[in-house]
Amino acid sequence: MKASVGGYARARDLRHALELLSVAGEAGRVLAGGQSLVAALNMRLTAGDILVDISALGACRGVDDAGDSLRIGALTRHVEIAEDPLVRAHAPMLAEAVGLIAHAAIRNRGTIGGAIAHADPAAEFPACALALGAEFEVESLSGPRTIPAAAFFRDTFETALAPGEILTAVIVPKAAEAEAQVIEEVARRCGDYALAGLCLTRRAGRHRLALFSLGPRPMLAERAMAALDAGDMAGAAAALKAEIDPPSDTQASAAYRRHLAGVLLRRAAARIEGGAA
Amino acid sequence: MTDMFPQQIDVALSVNGEAVEARVPAGRHLIDFLRLDLGLTGAHAGCEHGVCGACTVRVDGRSVRGCLMLAAQAHGAEVWTVEGLSETGEIADLQEAFVARNALQCGFCTPGMLVAAQELVASAPAPTREQIRERLSGNYCRCTGYEAIIDAVEAVAQARAGGAAR
Repeated sequence: MKASVGGYARARDLRHALELLSVAGEAGRVLAGGQSLVAALNMRLTAGDILVDISALGACRGVDDAGDSLRIGALTRHVEIAEDPLVRAHAPMLAEAVGLIAHAAIRNRGTIGGAIAHADPAAEFPACALALGAEFEVESLSGPRTIPAAAFFRDTFETALAPGEILTAVIVPKAAEAEAQVIEEVARRCGDYALAGLCLTRRAGRHRLALFSLGPRPMLAERAMAALDAGDMAGAAAALKAEIDPPSDTQASAAYRRHLAGVLLRRAAARIEGGAA
Repeated sequence: MTDMFPQQIDVALSVNGEAVEARVPAGRHLIDFLRLDLGLTGAHAGCEHGVCGACTVRVDGRSVRGCLMLAAQAHGAEVWTVEGLSETGEIADLQEAFVARNALQCGFCTPGMLVAAQELVASAPAPTREQIRERLSGNYCRCTGYEAIIDAVEAVAQARAGGAAR
């Protein structure tokens, strides 16, 4: 279908974008790469939105070395993240994740900030951010604040962003020496949303395991993480299956998703620890 | 507020190498702007939610979904469609290979396929069949079963790399 839009304005800079968003009020909607928002408009899942187009704000695009962390501008496109040498060296999970997101033409337009602010429970980047212990810089007319990933994702498509706030950057701690980072998912076809997926890191013997498409939001599997820290792979898989409550829908049953979670954990652990999946 | 958020947006962009200025409705998709306003009907509007790839065009050097980008967002952009890419000869070998290999029947998907395939072949000198499959997974064809399309893209990649085109 065709999009139904209540109005449109192209922001000149961040301040202008925040002013526009403030004037637009409840109908205001931030438009970045548009790869989820325009699809939602086309399907009339939302209508009459007043679009504040931030896609031309060059200051919010690109990857900077910030010492112990990377600062990734919210408007950095997926394809740019996959190709960026800083990301490949210091946050390789993000670069690997890009290959799992939709198709090339969508990766060419979609932005990391858009994916995180949209908070689709099936999306890769929110789970990566949680696994990597990222923080998000947000701006409003009353000033900036920083929100840790662990406090950001509240429910399906629901985040800690307040009305009038714009996510401007993703701060990702650099991987430690010998840190391992992997992402695994199962989708029926190349480019489809994952039926189940997970992100696993190991830093100095400590594991972090973030899940996607296995609940209403990206979540850490803390009991499985503790079992992995103790070197108990079988215990980790059992703990993971016990601590999740995945949805049943037309794509997959809850039981199948729970099974996939265990399979994916073994695959991810095998890549990190070595040995057979 | 309507002054700040107009329903009609002025855009100036380049389409197939020519400067274009227009006033477009705020919700107008890039693909509809190209097809209905500019008469460039090569790329097609299929699913209109980013899945089928029939509307794939090139914007600022990269393939994009014409249905997931608003025309208003194309202000300042450089847009190329299958018409322009045909005229410059950039994809002539791909087009010949598609014909030679029967890589199209109804042709609805072909303009999007060509833009997607050209992006791959131009960036990866010798893509494997698996890489070609992965890249074209975002472009649906309901006629050919894909094998002939992959054959055509593979042949062009090999020919451009200087190997023998089968």
